Amino acid sequence: MTRVPPLPRAAWPFIAFPALLRAHGFAIAPEQTTAFMAGTTLLGPRSLEDVRHAARATLAPPPERLAEFDALFAAFFEGQTIAAPTEGGPESEDEVQVRDEGAGLLEPPDADEINQAGEAATAAESLSSRRFAPLGRDELLRRFAREAPERLPQRRGRRRRVARPGDRIALSRALRLAVRHDGELMQLPRLSRRTHLRPVLLLIDVSGSMKSRTDEHLRLAHTLARSIVRIEIFTFGTRLTRITRAMRLRQPDQALAAASTMVADWDGGTRIGDALQAFLAVPRFAGFARGAYALVLSDGLERGAPDAMIDAVRRLARLAWRLDWLTPLAADPAFRPQTAGLAGILPFIDHLADGSSLHGVVTHILAGASGPRP
Amino acid sequence: MPVRSEIVGIDRPEALDEALRSALYLAGEGLSTAAYLALALGKPLLLEGSPGVGKTEAAKALASVLGRRLIRLQCYEGIDAANALYEWNYPRQMLAIRQAGDAPVDIYADAFLIERPMLEALRAPEDAVLLIDEIDRADHEFEAFLLEFLSDFQISIPERGTIRAAERPVVVLTSNRTRELHEALRRRCVYHWIDYPTPQHEAEIVMMRASGVAQATAHAVVAAVGRLRREPLAKPPGVAEAVDWAEAATLLNRQGAPWPAAFRRAIGVALKDEEDRAFLGSRLDTIIEEAAA
Repeated sequence: MTRVPPLPRAAWPFIAFPALLRAHGFAIAPEQTTAFMAGTTLLGPRSLEDVRHAARATLAPPPERLAEFDALFAAFFEGQTIAAPTEGGPESEDEVQVRDEGAGLLEPPDADEINQAGEAATAAESLSSRRFAPLGRDELLRRFAREAPERLPQRRGRRRRVARPGDRIALSRALRLAVRHDGELMQLPRLSRRTHLRPVLLLIDVSGSMKSRTDEHLRLAHTLARSIVRIEIFTFGTRLTRITRAMRLRQPDQALAAASTMVADWDGGTRIGDALQAFLAVPRFAGFARGAYALVLSDGLERGAPDAMIDAVRRLARLAWRLDWLTPLAADPAFRPQTAGLAGILPFIDHLADGSSLHGVVTHILAGASGPRP
Repeated sequence: MPVRSEIVGIDRPEALDEALRSALYLAGEGLSTAAYLALALGKPLLLEGSPGVGKTEAAKALASVLGRRLIRLQCYEGIDAANALYEWNYPRQMLAIRQAGDAPVDIYADAFLIERPMLEALRAPEDAVLLIDEIDRADHEFEAFLLEFLSDFQISIPERGTIRAAERPVVVLTSNRTRELHEALRRRCVYHWIDYPTPQHEAEIVMMRASGVAQATAHAVVAAVGRLRREPLAKPPGVAEAVDWAEAATLLNRQGAPWPAAFRRAIGVALKDEEDRAFLGSRLDTIIEEAAA
């Protein structure tokens, strides 16, 4: 083994700064640290400006976090004090808790009382567990399970394979066949592209204002989770909870019971913006949205200023292949969003559709999903 | 990490900035530093920015500065390896087999290989700049496939073995950011976000790229374009539109149109969306008059 000589002391800031960035949620790879050092060396560096340019070019901060990046740079290299990170930074009180499923997943629910939290969006968290009525709309859900795998959006794969109705001639196969017959071609094999189901991301609002719809939405999620493989399901209210694994249980009642123990914010307040921001802040979760068909089942009634929600939806829309927002408010075809939140996100979502009944949601997913992005 | 501090006589970002300027491209400090680092570190240069800020132009200017040919790979949804890497010329192979009769024939010789942009750049790294344009339009799979190419600069052709670049080719990637690129891709590149230029800078660009535009015209166009970009338009005018607008208005003015009217009549080259024009309505005239004043 070769001994690596210790780094000169002057090099330490160039390792400590990427570490500081990582602590603030920037994704920096070791090779970027190396490039940062090499780049700084190349530029001289004759001034701090050179170091800043090298940092920006090699550590590649996303443009919307450039201000935060520059503030950290100034704090680290120039010793300026800065205010707390503006956006997405740790704010102990206001931080949305993220819950991923862990131990205790399959324990039966113990709380029996039903929380009677307000019908309107409230700021207060009211944490509770809930039991569910047995399946009522079996027939609709069965149809949904049957048809979903064929009618959900597909993407074409990159590779082609030999298939009978193909869109182009399989020249390499034809050549091999021809070699077999001394260059004589007997038949023309064809190639076509395989299609794959796009991943589906389901975000379900479980806040108080959506209380009457939650049960059906979870049943829908369960049906979908049982019928297709690439799906992720989250609930949000005042917290964000990943319930995908619970939804994979075979029996619907078991699945809903497992989910009810995991989700702690049934029928509570609404902090859609913060919950979606929390979703995007976990790289593994945000990765689920990439190229996915994202469905949000929510009324979009946000407490307070809708800026965080609008920003989160804009980012989510850029990650997802398509983003549909199903709200119970849109039952009337003449519905036009009135609240600042819904009106603000309208430019970024692909469809604002009726989510007032299970039938409406199922029909939208089965019918609208097969069409191209509008 | 292979570091070359000098490429065709360019040993500092300022020298590159100077060279780009003589190729009629005003890069600005951030971009020329990023481009210099990309060249020196042998990493691809990833340029992101709104449409029309001059990402593709930057690659063209870089190619002309280096005295290399620009090989352009335009991405689109559904692009695959056959469009990006190589393809065998099967009809020709077939003919060769039949022509050869009993004699042995090497059907995997160079003559039967159709080079696509990425292979082309790999085989002649010293005289090409590879531009992978609008990578955000391609599928995620293609992006993943690019990762391999961009970190090792090699391509495997089953019939021929692995082809490796003699030196690291210069690669420029551009993205309009219609979707988020994968972190892994950003990591492998030297990154620069091209913003809209400052008014002063943009006026300089207009003067440089457009032929025979008066300074006052350039400033008026830049002011108007700056106002338009603050409006919530579907297609805000880019730098190229500003240049075209200045040029078109100057042309109309020479043919006898008076000043603010010349701007108004040439608006078609700057605002290319009917809904945007309807949205602005009569405010467009005010914007133009204020800018021209």
